[in-house]
Amino acid sequence: MDLIKKYWEGTAYTILMLVLMVPMMFVFFWMVTISFQNNVESTASPPVFIPRNPTLDGYRYVFNNPSNPFFKYLLNSTIVALGCTIIGLLIGVPAAFSIARWKQNGLALGILLARITPGFSFLVPWFITFRWFGMIDTHAALIISHLIVGLPIIVWVMIGFFEDLPTELVDAGLIDGSSIYGVLWHIAIPLVKPGLVATAILSIIFSWNNFNFSVILAGPNTRTLPVAVFNLMSFEQFNWGPLAAAATMITLPVVAMALVMQRHIVSGLTFGAVKQ
Amino acid sequence: MAEPSVADVHVSRHPQDASTRGWSAWFERRAAFVLPFPAVATVALMLAFPLGYTLYLSFHDWTIASTADPKFVFLDNYVKLFTTDARFKNSIVITFYFTILGVTVQTFLGVTLALLFNRQFWGRGLLRTLAILPMVATPVAIALIFVMMFNPLLGVMNYFLTVVGLPPWSWTYASSTVIPALVIVDTWQWTPLIMLITLAGLAALPGEPYEAAMIDGASKAQMLWLITLPLLRPTIVTAALFRLIDSLKTFDIIFVMTQGGPGGASDTINIYLFNTAFAYFHMGMASSMVVIFFAIVLGVSLLAIRIRRATWI
Repeated sequence: MDLIKKYWEGTAYTILMLVLMVPMMFVFFWMVTISFQNNVESTASPPVFIPRNPTLDGYRYVFNNPSNPFFKYLLNSTIVALGCTIIGLLIGVPAAFSIARWKQNGLALGILLARITPGFSFLVPWFITFRWFGMIDTHAALIISHLIVGLPIIVWVMIGFFEDLPTELVDAGLIDGSSIYGVLWHIAIPLVKPGLVATAILSIIFSWNNFNFSVILAGPNTRTLPVAVFNLMSFEQFNWGPLAAAATMITLPVVAMALVMQRHIVSGLTFGAVKQ
Repeated sequence: MAEPSVADVHVSRHPQDASTRGWSAWFERRAAFVLPFPAVATVALMLAFPLGYTLYLSFHDWTIASTADPKFVFLDNYVKLFTTDARFKNSIVITFYFTILGVTVQTFLGVTLALLFNRQFWGRGLLRTLAILPMVATPVAIALIFVMMFNPLLGVMNYFLTVVGLPPWSWTYASSTVIPALVIVDTWQWTPLIMLITLAGLAALPGEPYEAAMIDGASKAQMLWLITLPLLRPTIVTAALFRLIDSLKTFDIIFVMTQGGPGGASDTINIYLFNTAFAYFHMGMASSMVVIFFAIVLGVSLLAIRIRRATWI
């Protein structure tokens, strides 16, 4: 009897937790369901929860809108996200290794300061500088500005992964006559590969989601997806189907990446407060 | 005399090694400088130069569209911001209203959820994974969906309210409700952060106090109030401080959903700053606002670190 009681209690608890999570998941559900609705349904009163005639018109509208070349914006977002992540890893990983190995806490603090600094502190001077060099509406300007957000995160998260490495492994490499750079490249980096992948994905997500740097520094040629979605929103105020379709498509890649990498990503999102 | 660095020690173990001579030897000895140099230089360039330049501009009167050079006005911008500029003072109040309301609600909800998650139940892993999603979802897309849901006439939120018999609410469409409505979006997005940090803190709690309490016959409620929450306090404070610093800087959801409206009721420092710099192009004035805002964020962060230290004891 006890076992049955326990079973029911467990089930009840799961149901309680599911109910508590409903408000959180509902927003995603609403985004997807509206994206498959036509204009009549999406603005109907009372609201339609499950589309009676699911339609892909919203998605078609987003893709076939000549004034809003979605593929181009997708490409821009990808270029900027990959660009700032690759540069960020190239310069951030050696720094993280060094900070972890030689306990350079002052440097770590400096990196943290870059994380705390409000984005606009960078934006005003960088906007003036990029304008001066004629770099507004270039991928380079966007990559540099996204690096400001990405680099501190990359260094901070990678410090944690390098600190978890046993020191003996590095020392053994050094005793074998390898240089510290050889040890970093041949021993340390292969050992932290899962962490490296998670960090890269985290940096891609931050760049992909970034709005305030892109809205100022991007132009018609380099517009990234968040800015494109924002512009679409001002033009298509009540065309909710296409708007939700655009929102779904921009959110899908980051959500998928986060789900795949979830174990490691939490540590990055909480800025090292949660180690997994 | 300076202590030999770790790198020196390693190299000196191989006095005959070719790597002790020339460039490669220098690189090896100075690895603690060479390895972090590119990142440090980048951060310095990205941080020090902008902050210096901003400070310089904040003493000047300059509109970027004009051909005239920046005119030195010393503290005029600051004086204006703190005396005649009612909009700036208002924006500070709004920013703190949004931040304090949001962080309070999120901390309360996040800690409650973490306590509920802190036991085994079927589906726990899956639900915990799903909780990450609001944090990584693109804020612009989420803001867009909330705009639809908050619509007073066609939105699903007012539909829910009427279904349960409550009067419709004005959400982001009235100056009296816009900040609480924006806090709902922020809370939806960031409560999981507090929850996950608290959950990690719960997992690291020692077992002994509970065993002792059990022997003394303490009730579950007593254990929660007298053991768990006091032990958890440093973790909760840390989580709330992370949130506090980021919440002050919130820009995208407010800009996308209200652009500071209606009637300036959600005109936070960031929104006003954005308009001053990139709509009116008053770069001098905007720089002064950046300096003040930076000082506020830094001040709150330092205060935060002090509070955190105090609570560790």
